[in-house]
Amino acid sequence: MGSLQLVGFVGPSVNWWALLPQIILLGAALAVLLVSALAPQRASTVFTTVTTLCAALTSFVVALGLWSDVKADGPSSSIASAFGVDGFSIFFTVLILIGLATTALLSHGYLDREEMDPPEFHALLLCSAAGAIVMASANDLIVMFLGLEALSIGIYVMIAMHHRRSEARESAIKYFVLGAFSSAFLLYGIALTYGATGSTNLVHIRSYLDAVVFQDQHLLMAAMALLLVGLSFKVAAAPFHFWAPDVYQGAPSPVTGWMASIAKAAGFAALLRIFFAAFASHDVDWAPIVGALAVITLVIGSVMAILQTDIKRMLAFSSVSHAGYVLVAVHSASATGTSAALFYLFTYTLMVLGSFAIVGAMGPDDEHPLSRYTGLGRSRPVIAIGFTVLLLAQAGIPTTSGFIAKFQVIAAAVESESYFIAGVSMVTAVIGAFMYLRIVMAMYVVDEGEEGPRPIWHWTTSVVVLAAVGFTIIVGLVPQFLIEFARDAVPVLVRG
Amino acid sequence: MEITTGWYLVLGAMLFVIGGTGLLIRRNPLVMLMCVELMLNGVNLSFVAMAQQLDDIGGQTVVFFVLVVAAAEVVVGLGLVVAILRRQPGATADDLSALKG
Repeated sequence: MGSLQLVGFVGPSVNWWALLPQIILLGAALAVLLVSALAPQRASTVFTTVTTLCAALTSFVVALGLWSDVKADGPSSSIASAFGVDGFSIFFTVLILIGLATTALLSHGYLDREEMDPPEFHALLLCSAAGAIVMASANDLIVMFLGLEALSIGIYVMIAMHHRRSEARESAIKYFVLGAFSSAFLLYGIALTYGATGSTNLVHIRSYLDAVVFQDQHLLMAAMALLLVGLSFKVAAAPFHFWAPDVYQGAPSPVTGWMASIAKAAGFAALLRIFFAAFASHDVDWAPIVGALAVITLVIGSVMAILQTDIKRMLAFSSVSHAGYVLVAVHSASATGTSAALFYLFTYTLMVLGSFAIVGAMGPDDEHPLSRYTGLGRSRPVIAIGFTVLLLAQAGIPTTSGFIAKFQVIAAAVESESYFIAGVSMVTAVIGAFMYLRIVMAMYVVDEGEEGPRPIWHWTTSVVVLAAVGFTIIVGLVPQFLIEFARDAVPVLVRG
Repeated sequence: MEITTGWYLVLGAMLFVIGGTGLLIRRNPLVMLMCVELMLNGVNLSFVAMAQQLDDIGGQTVVFFVLVVAAAEVVVGLGLVVAILRRQPGATADDLSALKG
């Protein structure tokens, strides 16, 4: 008998059903690449977009099935507790799939217009989405890291794919260098967590931290600080936000939308799972740091947004300040705060995707000066109304989803008796509103006889903008269903 | 003198800091990529040292994952550097300033 035998080796049991959403996305990515490589002609944009949309839809149906399982049997985990299936992971899976479908629709007109390669773009987008889902579902820090890298590496290439523009390459290398830098910080944080607790598994870390009282917790404090720095880069929280305006400005608009919405949401998913779920017993240590980050982020995001003249840079700083609001909710370290953060991320994703859909349609991506929007209210009144709704929602005007989201965040801060932070969020909301109103004014206040701009409109953009505006208003008027979804989605760590 | 785990951890931390500092101050894109590698390898060393200390195989397994991720990152990073240097030969990080931050 010369054959090698692994005596007594039993692999962990795998719940394939729970992994199906990502497997479908990766399968679709492979299918797109294979068909485009084997077909005699270039694969058309229609084929790639339809494949991506079908994959997103199938994945969505599976996610709904998993949701009813979780409702019936409670949360579970799989692959030696490394992969969690709970309300939290399904909440983010749904959110990421919505983002994926939206970005695929937005890129449909854009890729043809800018002469970019559709199969490669869609394959990367699908891999990136699968990475984001893994990141949001991971119960193990290393699995989370792998998901983060799959998400980010796809984005690096998608930014640089706009090969005729040097700004795209420049913004790709900037994002790459800072992304790699922040990944290294995150990984060092994981290493120190491993050293302090003896495992990278969040379930184990949680039970270890609950049971053990540290004589000397310097190692754990350093680990938490490094994890926080690494993730702050990813979600663009100040003072680690300085890459955001440059990268958002240089990247193709659909990719900017993807980064601002899904990359941020996945980063916050990781942040909540690590800090709120695993480090729950040490919230006195990390909550003040998160609070300080939140205050800095809110102030820098809203003040710097006013000083910008380019729409994409304005929206970049506005996304920084949105990260601040989510951090305020994370800071409260309570179930209320976490569901407020989830609600905020869900509504924010739709608003920002709708906004970047309009920005992408307004013309070539070289620059987006505010003057390009002058008179949009006259030349294209319907588009201008849609953009106005989305901007006012971001400012937090009542009857939009943005108001409910901000209200919940501030209520969570008040509940945890952080009155100072609640006050800062209210003041910065007012400062931020000034920037959004400036764009709205530019669209409507115009001299007599001046021609407004003519956007390069594609029917898929209408679908996205209509869906985003509809969702924003509906949630603003009847928010109950989303509030309940977010309440059921607070992360839980269970041994599988 | 006995070499304990602490020594390896300090070496790992030093590699990480050298890599991080290099990334921030060097202007050549290729050297910046090497600095990223240095940071990741500092982390790898810490993982192995801690795995030895804790007598746990998990930390050593992590290193393989990190190596694969680092390789994938370098592939993308080198691709970007080549794309930039082909248009602007000899470009440094200072030349990439069309987008004002």
